[in-house]
Amino acid sequence: MLSFNGLVAISATYVAFLFAVAFAADRRAARGHDGWLRSPWIYTLSLSIYCTAWTFYGAVGYAARSGLEYLTIYLGPSLVMLGWWWLLRKLVRIGRAQRITSIADLVSSRFGKSTSLGVIVTLLAVVGVTPYIALQLQSISQSFAVFGAAGGARWHGLDAGSVALWSAAGLALFTILFGTRNLDANERHHGIVMAVAVEAVVKLGALVAVGVFVVWGLGGGPAGMLARIDASPIAAWEQSGGRWVAYTALSAAALLCLPRMFQVLVVENADESHLATASWAFPLYLLVMSLFVVPIAVMGLELLPGTNPDMFVLTLPLSQGREGLAVWAFLGGFSSATSMVLVATIALATMVSNHIVVPLWLRARSGGAMMSGDVRSVVLTARRLSIVAVLGLGYLYFRLSGGGAALASIGLVAFVGVVQVLPAMIGGLFWRGATRGGAAAGLLAGFGLWLWTMFLPSVGDGALLSAQVMADGPWGLDWLRPRALFGAATLDPVLHAAIWSLGINTALFVAVSLLSFPGPVERLQGAQFVNVFDHSDNPGSWMRGAAEAEDLLVMAQRILGPAEAQQVFARAAGAQGKAGWLPDVTPGFIQELERELAGSVGAATAHAMLGQMTQGASVSVEDLIAVADEAAQIMEYSTRLEQKSAELERTAGALREANAKLTALSVQKDAFLSQISHELRTPMTSIRAFSEILQAGGLNPQEQTRFAGIIGEEAGRLTRLLDELLDLAVLESGQGRLDVRAVRLDEMIDRALAAALPEGGSMKVLRRRAEEAVALETDADRLTQVFINLITNARKYCDAPAPELRIEVRDAGRAVDFIDNGSGIAPEQSRVIFEKFSRLGDPGKAGGAGLGLAICREIMSRLGGAISYLPGQGGAAFRVALPATAPSLSNA
Amino acid sequence: MARRVLLIEDEPNIIEAISFILSRDGWTVHTHSDGATALDRVRAHPPDLVILDAMLPGLSGFDILGELRADAGLGDLPVMMLTARGQDRDRALAMRLGATHFMTKPFSNAEILDRVRALARA
Repeated sequence: MLSFNGLVAISATYVAFLFAVAFAADRRAARGHDGWLRSPWIYTLSLSIYCTAWTFYGAVGYAARSGLEYLTIYLGPSLVMLGWWWLLRKLVRIGRAQRITSIADLVSSRFGKSTSLGVIVTLLAVVGVTPYIALQLQSISQSFAVFGAAGGARWHGLDAGSVALWSAAGLALFTILFGTRNLDANERHHGIVMAVAVEAVVKLGALVAVGVFVVWGLGGGPAGMLARIDASPIAAWEQSGGRWVAYTALSAAALLCLPRMFQVLVVENADESHLATASWAFPLYLLVMSLFVVPIAVMGLELLPGTNPDMFVLTLPLSQGREGLAVWAFLGGFSSATSMVLVATIALATMVSNHIVVPLWLRARSGGAMMSGDVRSVVLTARRLSIVAVLGLGYLYFRLSGGGAALASIGLVAFVGVVQVLPAMIGGLFWRGATRGGAAAGLLAGFGLWLWTMFLPSVGDGALLSAQVMADGPWGLDWLRPRALFGAATLDPVLHAAIWSLGINTALFVAVSLLSFPGPVERLQGAQFVNVFDHSDNPGSWMRGAAEAEDLLVMAQRILGPAEAQQVFARAAGAQGKAGWLPDVTPGFIQELERELAGSVGAATAHAMLGQMTQGASVSVEDLIAVADEAAQIMEYSTRLEQKSAELERTAGALREANAKLTALSVQKDAFLSQISHELRTPMTSIRAFSEILQAGGLNPQEQTRFAGIIGEEAGRLTRLLDELLDLAVLESGQGRLDVRAVRLDEMIDRALAAALPEGGSMKVLRRRAEEAVALETDADRLTQVFINLITNARKYCDAPAPELRIEVRDAGRAVDFIDNGSGIAPEQSRVIFEKFSRLGDPGKAGGAGLGLAICREIMSRLGGAISYLPGQGGAAFRVALPATAPSLSNA
Repeated sequence: MARRVLLIEDEPNIIEAISFILSRDGWTVHTHSDGATALDRVRAHPPDLVILDAMLPGLSGFDILGELRADAGLGDLPVMMLTARGQDRDRALAMRLGATHFMTKPFSNAEILDRVRALARA
């Protein structure tokens, strides 16, 4: 009899053989000799991971308990492969076009690259599949136990737990070695796929061998076997039509939704055409797998009544002393378990690392992780840790559940769990109106209902849900009973859970999708998924090159506007040393472009757009342009609104300004008019009063002369005022011609002094004639008038006992200062002296209208010079800056 | 007793004209030409009538009028305001501040004489 160590040695040798196969396959693939690795047969055989230990051992047990109902588990996938190959083809095409890494990635990607949806599906998959992995570990330890029971005393000390633990550890090592070599999910795991294919052959061979032995060795050929079947209780089993349909549908959906099936079906698919072969070859494989299930079950029930029917495949050969056949059967079961665990772990680890660990890590690093090498090592580490974690969870579940439940029921729990993804997946593939909110609502509702109605009740008896809750519902709420939701107590538990969870899942998915609107990325992805065949007839045509640069330009123009986009491209081309508009599509250029685009449409969209266009993923320019057009339209609209509001604001501002100007002008005009009125009426008052006095008569001659003199004086004052006003009006309106000639500064000062200071006046003038000998080109009369006004002011207002006026030429004739020795002008007054009618001190003494300095300012401004008050000179001091345009300022 | 008129005005020729007209009619005319000190002058020797120019150096005629009317002892002193600006705004302001009469320059000699006589009688 085979020893425990012997069995371990056989297992170890088998595993070493699988290592060698996987290693060789990886080596061949790495050298490019992957021709036959990519054959449709390998693909078809890899699909056989659908048949886990559950099917290998459990189908016989299922048949022994429930008759032909086990066939539903094979029927569903066969129907999908045969009849729904168009759906599979679409799935595979999308998976390749979108570089899908897992079923969680598919859902997340379809609904706008949603992180949260990825997390939901990942959690669902982990919760659903972990028991399934535990189931495989359980089958391995159980099969060891079967040999132990047959071997008797030599097997004492066998611990089912340690077998499972070592199996889990070995599987983790294998998976890490061959499953995390490549980061990119699109680079296939050739080693693992090859090992899985070999295991597929081993397990099929084992089951067929046992079947042949049973039919021909024990049953006396097909005829005898059929008679035994007729006689067995299996033949009398009554079949429930509802359960048949439901189980068939469930297993069909599970083929699409199980993470490991998605992995081999979509992710590991090397060529779409392989589906054509698999569509008939895989159902054939399943048919052969199921062919001998009933004979083995019938024979087991007949020869080994009262033992665990799940183990008939092993116990039948053992009981007949066929040790070699039993070992083969053992290796078949071992293959089923390990191949499933390998692929399921890779699939789960990819999801966990891509949708949970890496996003968390990136968020924790907050933006500092854009280096590709950096992320790469993190992702690989995350994936390896995830593999250990997933297998650890499976082992933990195995230890906690105690391995008591029938194998088949755990499988069904997992099926209903993962099938919750189906509405979002199928809806996403065919319905552009499906939205992220709908998918999330459906998934969460389905997930929750599945947990409540199926998963929690399945974990042991009363382990997680007490018997009281099971019987009366939580808090005594009858309608919430896990097995009789809303009072549906008569349904089969699996049917009950599947109908409620999938029904509400689908209803919510559709309802919320109808009520919500997809975002731009969602819309783009929706179009990509639903119309995948329209866009990707020629996958891989998006090669880097001039054509792509042009397409990038087309897209960028839609978002940035033609001028700016062309500028960005031309600048990049120039930086690369190329003429024209199209630069080489280098990573640097793409980064730059993405930054430009991000400024317009946001970083996420820009990244998604460029990522899809440049990574060779199949995306049509029309799709991008459609999105870009929308974005551009929205931007254009908002830009137009902004322009309009800016325009309105400008107009309002201009109006306010004009109003303020008009108000100020009106105030100025009022002040000016009232000032004019005052200046005119004051002399007229004297004139009228004295003329009336003269008319009345009765005056002595002195009075007559004096009063007539006053009238004449006031009339002169009026005339001067009118002259000044007209002068100022002409100057301010810019009318009047300037008479620019070459003149000498000293001559102009001479004329001004002669006009302003009467002969024999008290004011003493200090000049330096040598410095005044400067030639200018200007209007001599106007400039002389400025000098006259300043000298007159000095004469009028200088309050020194011995008035003096210094005339100093500065800056080689560029400026002339007029400084008297009076008390000067106070600072606050010096600010207003150039304003009209700003007259300081006693008006009677000044005798002017206060327009002199205002006229000076106007004249200097016309001449291109300036006049200013110089503070701190010990008296009133004015500087006349001569016209800067004077061409020659040489000494004459 | 000759009645006293205080003329607060800064234009020398106008001071001379009004003084001549009123003196010939028998009035005693005092003159003052600085706005800032005019109030002190009124309080020191309150006249029977004040002729007040609006534009004065130091303090405007309107400010002086306001102060006069605020002073309890001088509240009913007749004040005739003169202005050369002659706008309705000035007239309204003067009447609101309590001017007894408002007259725009230039005026006729007969008019100012009539008004001064009327105000002094009141």
